[in-house]
Amino acid sequence: MANYARPQTLEEALDLLAKGRWRVLAGGTDFYPGQGARPIRENILDINRLDDLRGIARTDDAYVVGARTTWSELIAHDLPPCFDALKAAAREVGSVQIQNAATVAGNLCNASPAADGAPPLLVLDASVEIAARAGRRRVPLDAFVRGNRETALAPDEMVVALVVPRAATAGSSGFVKLGARRYLVISIAMAAARVALAEDGTIGEIALALGACSPVARRMTTLEGALRGRRPDAALAFGPDQLVELSPIDDVRASAAYRREAAAEILRRAIRQSCNDGAGGEIAA
Amino acid sequence: MNAPLETIGFTLNGTPVAAEVSPVARLSAVLRDELGATGTKLGCDAGDCGACTVLVDGAAVCACLMPAATAAGRRITTVEGLANGRLSALQASFLRHGAAQCGICTPGFLVAATALLDRNPAPSEEEVRDALGGVLCRCTGYRKIIAAVIDAGLPETGRDSPPPETGRAVGAAVMRLDGVAKVTGADRFGADERPAGALSVLVIRSPHWHARFSFGDLDGFVAARPGLAAVFTAADIPGRNRFGVIGPFADQPALAEGTARFRGEAVALVAGEPAAIAALDPTEFPVDWHALPHVLDPAEAVAEGAGLVHEDRPGNILTQGLVARGDAEAAIAAAAVSVSGTIETAYVEHAYIEPEAGYALLDGDTLVVRACTQAPYMDRDDTAAVLGLPPDKVRIVPAATGGGFGSKLDVSLQPLIGLVALKTGRPAVLAYTRTDSMASTTKRHPASMHATLAANAEGRIAGLAFAGDFNTGAYASWGPTVANRVPVHACGPYLTPNYRACARAIHTNGPVAGAFRGFGVPQATIMLETLYDALAAKLGLDRLELRRRNALADGDRTATGQVLASGVGIRACLAALEPHWRRALADAETANAAAGDGPVRRGVGIASCWYGCGNTSLPNPSTIRVGISAAGRVVLHQGAVDIGQGSNTVIAQICADAAGLPLAAFSLVDGDTGKTPDAGKTSASRQTYVSGKAAEKAGRALREKILRYANVSPQARIEIEPGLLVVREGEARRQIALDTLPLDARGYVFSAEESYDPPTTALDENGQGVPYAVYGYGAQIVELAVDRSLGTVALLKITAAHDVGRAINPQLAEGQIEGGIAQGIGMALMEDYVPGRTENLHDYLIPTIGDVPRIETILVEIADPEGPFGAKGLGEHVLIPTAPAILNAIRDATGVLVDRLPATPSRVLAAIHAAEAER
Repeated sequence: MANYARPQTLEEALDLLAKGRWRVLAGGTDFYPGQGARPIRENILDINRLDDLRGIARTDDAYVVGARTTWSELIAHDLPPCFDALKAAAREVGSVQIQNAATVAGNLCNASPAADGAPPLLVLDASVEIAARAGRRRVPLDAFVRGNRETALAPDEMVVALVVPRAATAGSSGFVKLGARRYLVISIAMAAARVALAEDGTIGEIALALGACSPVARRMTTLEGALRGRRPDAALAFGPDQLVELSPIDDVRASAAYRREAAAEILRRAIRQSCNDGAGGEIAA
Repeated sequence: MNAPLETIGFTLNGTPVAAEVSPVARLSAVLRDELGATGTKLGCDAGDCGACTVLVDGAAVCACLMPAATAAGRRITTVEGLANGRLSALQASFLRHGAAQCGICTPGFLVAATALLDRNPAPSEEEVRDALGGVLCRCTGYRKIIAAVIDAGLPETGRDSPPPETGRAVGAAVMRLDGVAKVTGADRFGADERPAGALSVLVIRSPHWHARFSFGDLDGFVAARPGLAAVFTAADIPGRNRFGVIGPFADQPALAEGTARFRGEAVALVAGEPAAIAALDPTEFPVDWHALPHVLDPAEAVAEGAGLVHEDRPGNILTQGLVARGDAEAAIAAAAVSVSGTIETAYVEHAYIEPEAGYALLDGDTLVVRACTQAPYMDRDDTAAVLGLPPDKVRIVPAATGGGFGSKLDVSLQPLIGLVALKTGRPAVLAYTRTDSMASTTKRHPASMHATLAANAEGRIAGLAFAGDFNTGAYASWGPTVANRVPVHACGPYLTPNYRACARAIHTNGPVAGAFRGFGVPQATIMLETLYDALAAKLGLDRLELRRRNALADGDRTATGQVLASGVGIRACLAALEPHWRRALADAETANAAAGDGPVRRGVGIASCWYGCGNTSLPNPSTIRVGISAAGRVVLHQGAVDIGQGSNTVIAQICADAAGLPLAAFSLVDGDTGKTPDAGKTSASRQTYVSGKAAEKAGRALREKILRYANVSPQARIEIEPGLLVVREGEARRQIALDTLPLDARGYVFSAEESYDPPTTALDENGQGVPYAVYGYGAQIVELAVDRSLGTVALLKITAAHDVGRAINPQLAEGQIEGGIAQGIGMALMEDYVPGRTENLHDYLIPTIGDVPRIETILVEIADPEGPFGAKGLGEHVLIPTAPAILNAIRDATGVLVDRLPATPSRVLAAIHAAEAER
């Protein structure tokens, strides 16, 4: 480790980022496993003293989740039903031990294809608020995560918050994680859905996302378009071929063909949960 | 540049502490290395196992993932902080329930459960599972942990069972004698001790499946890095650079000589001061690799023209085993019905939560190695041979061993740290990383099997033909044992008059496959038991009934021609399961009727096992010493290493009753080769039976000596009072003052040492003979539900009936059964070690606390005349039926057999679709 800094203010942190290359350390739950037994040689920017980045705030037009907010804090926070999918995902992130330390934002910065937070945040139209000394910018989540372990962050930038616009908080949401065991499992596939019913009982708003199937979690916008205006029970009759945006991968956890088929099934279940105002779900083999 | 150090202070278990450390040091390292709080264990350094769970301001976190700087100023609670003068209610409950086996995961469970109980004193089972889902256990099967946590909140009074009366130890559910240290975190595992002035050791390993290599400027490498002491390679090995558990097949170099045959093979050691080793990036080590063609698939390895992994093993065949009786081919051809099938299984990793660890140092001219192990004397002999020392100049002192399951039978780090200590004269310490452990140590053999089973119209087995290829990897290890055990057992506990079974151990450049609970028999049993279900379907017979009709009985002849005169318990096991079978089938039928066309279908499966205890047709004696000290303690030299299975307790129970002495008077001396005679290896389900028999003989011999001295009859009772033996017969009372008696050569007032070796015979060229003196039997029922839309399997209940001959300690026996079942579940549904891809505990999945359903254990006791108090072995039997019973239940639910393990959701769904396409 060449340098270590533990700034007390965001300004200090951004100054440091402007002047050199740093690896940001927050909850540590991806940092240390990635490091293994190798010596740490990078400069480490420890943001665990930036108390302003902690907590969830409600503004006029958005919910703002500070970058240091842990999964456990998110679970404990009173939030509307559209966040149920995110809370369900939170309970499936690693274990209680991980949820107590890991941050929601870090989950996105790590940019794992199997990031549990990605699908439920996608259905909330979440953006990532990024700060640099030069200023701030907001990047929609689907543009922030660019690929496996690749984000839109520039070297002098850091994530300060996740922003969920109030416009995307209507309705209820559901989440299904499919893995080969009950706890501490990297997903084979994940589905999140948010549905707001219109007054006539048809689907007014719908947002659908799948994770762990491809390098980056994706919204299923074509299917969303096809289901909007349908009655919920009729909306469940779609097949895998309607997941147009999905190009599933083959790996040790499952075949691509399996992922395509299972993705459709868990997406149906996530939609059913959102329509029933149901709790989150998890399926283990 | 060196890490800048800071003084980091926090409250540890109520006491302010501070350490000078890097702010990004892992909290786990600060606790263990700087503050000596080694109760917090390390299993993975990646948050995958939860062994290092601590409370930070009351919240459970993995200490391995927390930067030291984040802990500053906070309140840290570790396992050392749970007891307050006496065990906490939770710790006491863990002891009482037998929730700790090897003990390496126990601190993590206790701490995580403490966080739960602090906010919810009366949790439901589901709440317990949710709170403990982040801690992995490989021994217990979790059921006793759940029970212990739920029970911890209840009033404690009057629940501690008193120690058993003299003569009543056998059969009592005695709390494990070595249990307290496991629940306080005081047990010292391989990584928990670091001698002063010790060098740290880093192992350089091959990143290639097969490669030639040469070293660059090793002296320059050391010289350029202050704090490094030396580099050692094969050229530095003073002895025979070949180790192996079976002498004639010993072929594995401690450090490879110019060619590495598998990915993960050790090629060099770097020794240095701890900070210098920690700062070392292994990729900077000067070694040039020249990758060579490799073979990973056994079918390719035996194909014409395949490159040889070992020049002297043609066709890449290490060895093969055969058992033939009658004429299988003719019997199958003539039979009314026959079924055939194939099964393929994966590499399975032992995944004990303790990676290999230990230290070596020179005590005069004796090399002392303290490390985790299942086989101290084998370690001694292999280490001595590699280092060119006489065996009596190597002393193995077993550390507490955090699980083994077969892999800690082979040496791992012992010759490596021994070499460093020998060459430098300084103590040497090494703890494998999880990746080191997974990449370099042995695995369960992947098997590719096919078989045909035939019966007459009444369902009597006419013949069985079985052939299996077992991928033994780059070196021999226990490959020969697998090749010999499988043909003996592939017919199951069923009368099979015409039989031909062949198993080949085939070399590849894959990981070394060795011993893993069952030595190939679990794989072969999947082949057999799935065929039994297919046969039952073809015959229109109930599946349990087909098994019952063919189950071995007293007086029957096995496939090796051995007559089993008595003690054959498979019929009793099947009979015990019968009512459960009827109930389970009815429940499933009801549930399926109610579910209609829904995706979830219930299924029920059954499978049996038998397993010979001890080595196959080879000597495997155990020697047990017991003495009475001048102070009046009964000192048991108990060399049967307790890796969690309970031999410390069981062997003592046997010895106590044989001697007629109270168990409470016993003290244990462990398997230190400098203090305790050889009780053989903890393997082959042999310790309760073989070492137990030696302990029984030693106990009886000790008793006889005392009785003879007191000149009383065998009916006399012996009591122990401080400094006295009191011998009573009728009204007569004789008092022996111990401090007036001379000490014998062993240092005791009275002592005895006895050996036992099972009476077996060699197998002839057709595998005929008496391979084992004692067999154990069992059968299990699995109830599950398959989601046919996703291919997921939810286990509902497992009912296990095991004939243990005599349950020396019913609670420990249950613990073995539950733990074996959990490993069987993993093998059936999720475990798939892919070399180079799953060398960690998040890509390699083992069952969590949420994956093991309710288990109902039925202990069947059909005494074996050979075993101590009638006891048989149990340790391996218990996992054998689980995987086939699961596959049979999946078939019952879906109509399809998954013939490649593990039965992942992907494979289950693919099998369902394949069957749909055929219809």
